[in-house]
Amino acid sequence: MKLEAKNITFRYGKNDKKILENFSLSIESHERVGIIAPSGFGKTTFCKILSGYENAQKGEILLDGKPLSSYKGYCPVQMIWQHPEQAVNPRLHMRDILAEGDEIDERIIKGLGIEEDWMNRFPSELSGGELQRFCIARALGKRTKFILADEISTMLDLITQSQLWSFLIKEVQDRQIGLLAVSHSMPLLENVCTRLVDMEKNI
Amino acid sequence: MENKKTILDIHNFSVSFEQYGSGFKKTTLPVIHNLDITVHQGEMVAIVGSSGSGKSLLAHGILGIQPYNATLGGEIIYNGEVLTEERKKALRGSEIVLVPQGTSYLDPLMKVGPQVLKGKNDKKLKERLDKIFKGYNLRDNVYNLYPFELSGGMNRRIMVSTAMMAQPKLVVADEPTPGLHMEMAKKVMSHFRELADNGAGVLVITHDLEQAIEVADRIVVFYAGTTLEDADVKDFEKEETLRHPYTKALWRAMPKNGFKFIDGIQPYVKAMPEGCVFGPRCPHFTEECKCAIPYKNVKDGRVRCIKAEEN
Repeated sequence: MKLEAKNITFRYGKNDKKILENFSLSIESHERVGIIAPSGFGKTTFCKILSGYENAQKGEILLDGKPLSSYKGYCPVQMIWQHPEQAVNPRLHMRDILAEGDEIDERIIKGLGIEEDWMNRFPSELSGGELQRFCIARALGKRTKFILADEISTMLDLITQSQLWSFLIKEVQDRQIGLLAVSHSMPLLENVCTRLVDMEKNI
Repeated sequence: MENKKTILDIHNFSVSFEQYGSGFKKTTLPVIHNLDITVHQGEMVAIVGSSGSGKSLLAHGILGIQPYNATLGGEIIYNGEVLTEERKKALRGSEIVLVPQGTSYLDPLMKVGPQVLKGKNDKKLKERLDKIFKGYNLRDNVYNLYPFELSGGMNRRIMVSTAMMAQPKLVVADEPTPGLHMEMAKKVMSHFRELADNGAGVLVITHDLEQAIEVADRIVVFYAGTTLEDADVKDFEKEETLRHPYTKALWRAMPKNGFKFIDGIQPYVKAMPEGCVFGPRCPHFTEECKCAIPYKNVKDGRVRCIKAEEN
């Protein structure tokens, strides 16, 4: 399977500067692609466009050759956000937040080190790192074909970071899920990815 | 460092929560326990800890903005006097400033410029703010934008600007740099460094050991709610000069040192192991470790491990 962004041009307001201009990228299922760019360069915006949260003014997103918008129901492209505390409904218990995903396997929950006791808590009662485990689990639903990881480990300590990444890498390898990783840490991306893209040089 | 004045001395600090179970059952969760930290004038101390180890709570405890159901224990001495709740209230925002962790600490309904100026309409302050914004590559129009209109990294720079506006004696920065690219993170850190060099005490709370090694004078390793090691930054050059097995594991998990992880997770407050908190994950664990572990001095640093000299 292939996820393609073709000639994406995007700006937020009519008079704002273009955040992305004619940006193209394609990811295969067996690939782990890393994106590097300075802050404010449109990395998160690009992930949002790729996963269908934003529509680009120009260009298209194709999954398996068909526009992403033609896939109804569960979106096969799932994004994991940089700030987990802003990516969960504060009024739901963690158990219900996990249930928003697509039949999350017990194996994933165990593999990410999610404790049974956390399930009955609200997001405000968990730390950033604990919340991020739920967000990663939620994105790894049955029908997920691509994962976009937008600075998902910036809030984690080194051991947890290395644990979560090695779980995620194994999971996407086993299930042939394509991965796009955004991070400012070169050593991390070099350890995680099979290919690196510098956004600054691409535009 | 010895002759410099101690600006912050935290001793045997603890934070516990009261939780209600079903019915009238009430339980107390000790999230932070046995925590010791000192910050001297002109010194930058980094507290490096795993996520969920209660680092933010420590920051909030110092500022007195902990949640209402939290109980603080132990002693915080600020500038030679006990830091009481009243003193915290009087000093925070002027002498003691916090750079908060989440971007959700900004008021979503107030434009960021006036927010940093705390609503004051003062020309001099505004000029100073303009300078600070410029230093952080924030364009003029940012002044009139709301937090949701800014990127994560930009919001973070706004929060750091808030601290730079005050002229603090103690800066508590709770994860000030995630989401910033390397250069900007270094710049923010160098500003904290500058504040320290000008005599303020800076306490940076972070999970990013690599960054801490670059800027801090001393690193305190925090795990499962307690301090495990207090080491000079140069001890982190080699694995051998480190004292605690957890610190060594952290060192090995750095992408440049092999990106290796150890199994297990940090123990949860309700299921703390007996004795050493790192015991269940430690390769050197024996029966003797199942007791209260003292925080002892080893090779110019401090460590909470009874076997520190041997391994």
